[in-house]
Amino acid sequence: MAKPKLALYWASSCGGCEIAVLDIQEKILDVANAFDIVFWPVAMDFKYDDVRKMEDKSIDLCLFNGAIRNSENAELAHLLRAKSKALVAFGSCAHEGCIPALANLTTKDAILKWVYKDSPSTVSLNGGVYPQTHTKMPEGEIEIPEMWGTVKSLDQVIDVDYYVPGCPPQPFQIWNVIEYILSGKPLPPKGSVLGADDKTCCDECPRERKEKKIKKFFRPYEILPDPNECLLDQGIICMGPATRSGCGALCTKANMPCRGCYGAPPNVVDQGAKMVSALSSVVDSQDPNEIDEILNQIADPLGTFYRFSMAHSILKRVDKI
Amino acid sequence: MGFEPRIVAFLCNWCTYTGADLAGVSRLKSPANIRVIRTMCSGRVDPTFIMKAFDLGADGVLIGGCHPGDCHYAEGNYKTLRRAHLMKKIMQAYGIDEKRLRLEWISAAEGDKFQEVTTTFTETIRSLGPLDWRKRIGQGDRVENPVTV
Amino acid sequence: MKQIKIDPITRLEGHGKIDIFLNDDGEVANTYFQIPELRGFEQFCVGRPVEEMPRITTRICGVCPEAHHMASAKACDAVFHVEIPPTAKKLRELLYNVFYAGDHTTHFYALGGPDFVVGPDAPKAQRNILGVVAKVGLEVGGKVIEMRRRTQEVIKILGGKNTHQVTSLPGGVSKGINEEERKLIEEHCKWFVDFGKFTIQVFNDIVLKNKAYVDLILSDMFSMKIYSMGLVDEKNRVNFYDGKVRVVDPDGKEFVKYSPNDYLDVVSEHVEPWTYLKFPFLKKVGWKGFVEGKDSGIYRATPLSRLNAADGMPTPAAQEEYDRMYKTLGGKPVHATLATHWARTIELLSAAEMALDLVRDPEITGTNIRAIPTATPTEGVGIVEAPRGTLTHHYITDEKGILRKANLIVGTTNNYAPISLSINKAARGLIKKGTTVTDGILNTVEMAFRAYDPCFGCATHTLPGQMPLVVNIRNKDGEIIQEIKRN
Repeated sequence: MAKPKLALYWASSCGGCEIAVLDIQEKILDVANAFDIVFWPVAMDFKYDDVRKMEDKSIDLCLFNGAIRNSENAELAHLLRAKSKALVAFGSCAHEGCIPALANLTTKDAILKWVYKDSPSTVSLNGGVYPQTHTKMPEGEIEIPEMWGTVKSLDQVIDVDYYVPGCPPQPFQIWNVIEYILSGKPLPPKGSVLGADDKTCCDECPRERKEKKIKKFFRPYEILPDPNECLLDQGIICMGPATRSGCGALCTKANMPCRGCYGAPPNVVDQGAKMVSALSSVVDSQDPNEIDEILNQIADPLGTFYRFSMAHSILKRVDKI
Repeated sequence: MGFEPRIVAFLCNWCTYTGADLAGVSRLKSPANIRVIRTMCSGRVDPTFIMKAFDLGADGVLIGGCHPGDCHYAEGNYKTLRRAHLMKKIMQAYGIDEKRLRLEWISAAEGDKFQEVTTTFTETIRSLGPLDWRKRIGQGDRVENPVTV
Repeated sequence: MKQIKIDPITRLEGHGKIDIFLNDDGEVANTYFQIPELRGFEQFCVGRPVEEMPRITTRICGVCPEAHHMASAKACDAVFHVEIPPTAKKLRELLYNVFYAGDHTTHFYALGGPDFVVGPDAPKAQRNILGVVAKVGLEVGGKVIEMRRRTQEVIKILGGKNTHQVTSLPGGVSKGINEEERKLIEEHCKWFVDFGKFTIQVFNDIVLKNKAYVDLILSDMFSMKIYSMGLVDEKNRVNFYDGKVRVVDPDGKEFVKYSPNDYLDVVSEHVEPWTYLKFPFLKKVGWKGFVEGKDSGIYRATPLSRLNAADGMPTPAAQEEYDRMYKTLGGKPVHATLATHWARTIELLSAAEMALDLVRDPEITGTNIRAIPTATPTEGVGIVEAPRGTLTHHYITDEKGILRKANLIVGTTNNYAPISLSINKAARGLIKKGTTVTDGILNTVEMAFRAYDPCFGCATHTLPGQMPLVVNIRNKDGEIIQEIKRN
């Protein structure tokens, strides 16, 4: 019997997902033995044209990481969707936009203006030079892809079968997913989140939790937290209550608060809304003025509650370009 | 056609909803802009509901609950109070005027207050204009890059 | 040989698109190396609390998040005007040197090494890590994998996560190490030093004992006389984590030595409309286009340029190798692009030695690892030497420490102009009137390219790129007459 065909692709990403795949260490050889890898730009020389020539639905499993940031990302997303039986949004960027989607809090215009004109090291001639999709040079015309105004998650561009959360997904979880698929067990229902657990990050965190009554919030650099007590109990904003379990609570074990890279817990639509709800329960005041005073100590609530899920927030941007 | 605000009102079953009912039977005239959703407690109004309302086209969201100390479930309205404060901060960060979210304590006996709140809130939203979130957020995205080489 | 294809690391960490234009005579008129994307970290980080930057900017690059984590943490220390405790500094430095050793290993064996170890003329199918293993022996492959595993283990202990570390914050680090962890790390570091020596031996036996390779290194096509940049300590020795940035001119004379705060007096960036990446250059010399020499402001920030810019290495074994390299290649400075690989092995050894020194430092298990900032936050610059070039993070905040402006000049970006020039030179050297362009040109162009260990995911705001390397050959009318792909 022919081996199942596997494809891996990176769109708008940092490369950390690829590194995480490699971090399954020697098991990568098992993957190589079990699958026929037909496309993996970071490691192999197959080109876009090779993918275009493939039969539709001829790739059995496609792990797609990275957000959709420009015309080329979108083109590849559509292409791989057509060629793949099962397509997985792999890692936080493809899942829900991750940190690149914080760009949805500003505009393309503002980004271009700062980067190519106003930033202090940039030499801006004649009012500014900006990258163009088509540029006529003395020798001829050359092209680059068009940057989009809004960063999108993969499922906002094409139909996605499964999600593997995390920034990056933890290697042992990646292996769990691959092992499950190799086992030949029936695939989970479409839309399932794989490679993660069904509780919140708090459930994995070894820190001791008490009844939360918060009078003051601290930013991480402001205090030396007790190493054994819940960070949120100590007034440090920790996204644990609004984050899916699965990473093993790595950040809180290193004395740093969770920032939510595994996305919203099961049955939660909007990670930031969940965090608003969770914090509202623990602020210890019934006086409007005092409540305001306490809540004002939270720096950048929007950028913190949606650090990894901006593209998936309900109040996301919805335009195409 | 003038702008007619669309306002979603989440009203607590025990106080404000009954107060709205009282306004009705007392023949107090309230604006037709209010779409009422009854919840068992103002504490049941998840922030997701508020966001969803804005996302689906509401220009304003009103939450009505029992006066402090009167919550049928003891503490629900205090939680709502804190939630509304935090929601307003999130809205501000998104660029949505915080006045588009209003929290009011209206008891079952305060039909007149219900009328007053809905009337003034509708006027507030009318003066703010349509939220038009889906349209607004796209602004400034498409840019013609000026180039001078 | 199926495993070749799943080989952890591609020969290029990132992609690129190269256009080569020919003139009427069929000779190279110009070349363009384009970067296809911008993410805009500098702008969308505005409004974020500055202490979050070490955890946000790691996402610029998943290959070297450690570098961004450190540069960002140092910039934050500066923003808050806080001196971090010695133990915290040593822990950061330990993590950083271990990362360096691991990163250089990856490049040498999987990316750059195959050109030499297997040979530039070997069939493509053998020019990869497996080819290296076949040539040098099976144990090498195992050692490389083990090196990777061991460095990842140390990084996880010190940084909290293998990828996208979390432990550095303004004022120090969130987590120290106990004696048990120290012992474990020490064992690893000893192994790293041995591995560094072994790597130099491999380079020695296979490359330096082969005259053809040495000739190739020293050939004109791969030589580029431009400025060299690198971070140095107070004795002008190479340092990766801390110090001042020194720039030497093409003759090896000190051109400038600057503190992080003064980077804007030294470095500027040029914009071209045909690419999303900017071209840094030396402000006082000026942007003169893609040309070599003392009058052109372009510079390199690579392992070789770091060695050129310094007076020596901070550790004894690496110092010996440093002396030997310059002796072999005819003295300082060296401008042979391919000698970058040699320099990289020397840095690998030095990073391992540094890490071993640090883990044996009695202060390393100290418990005073955080200073709580008390001053009003303002502005700060943090510089570290990333494996792919000098990395600068510059933040300006309001009085609450909310980021108002950010400027980043990132590793590979420094080398964008030199890489473009290297490609141009290689193309001009190989495509002559009447020659048929073959796959061979691509190998040679790539060799020049690879020496820089380019990572365009790292090149700030740009992505690892979406385009696999494609060379378009165009005639004078701009029509593509030939397209060469790395198939």
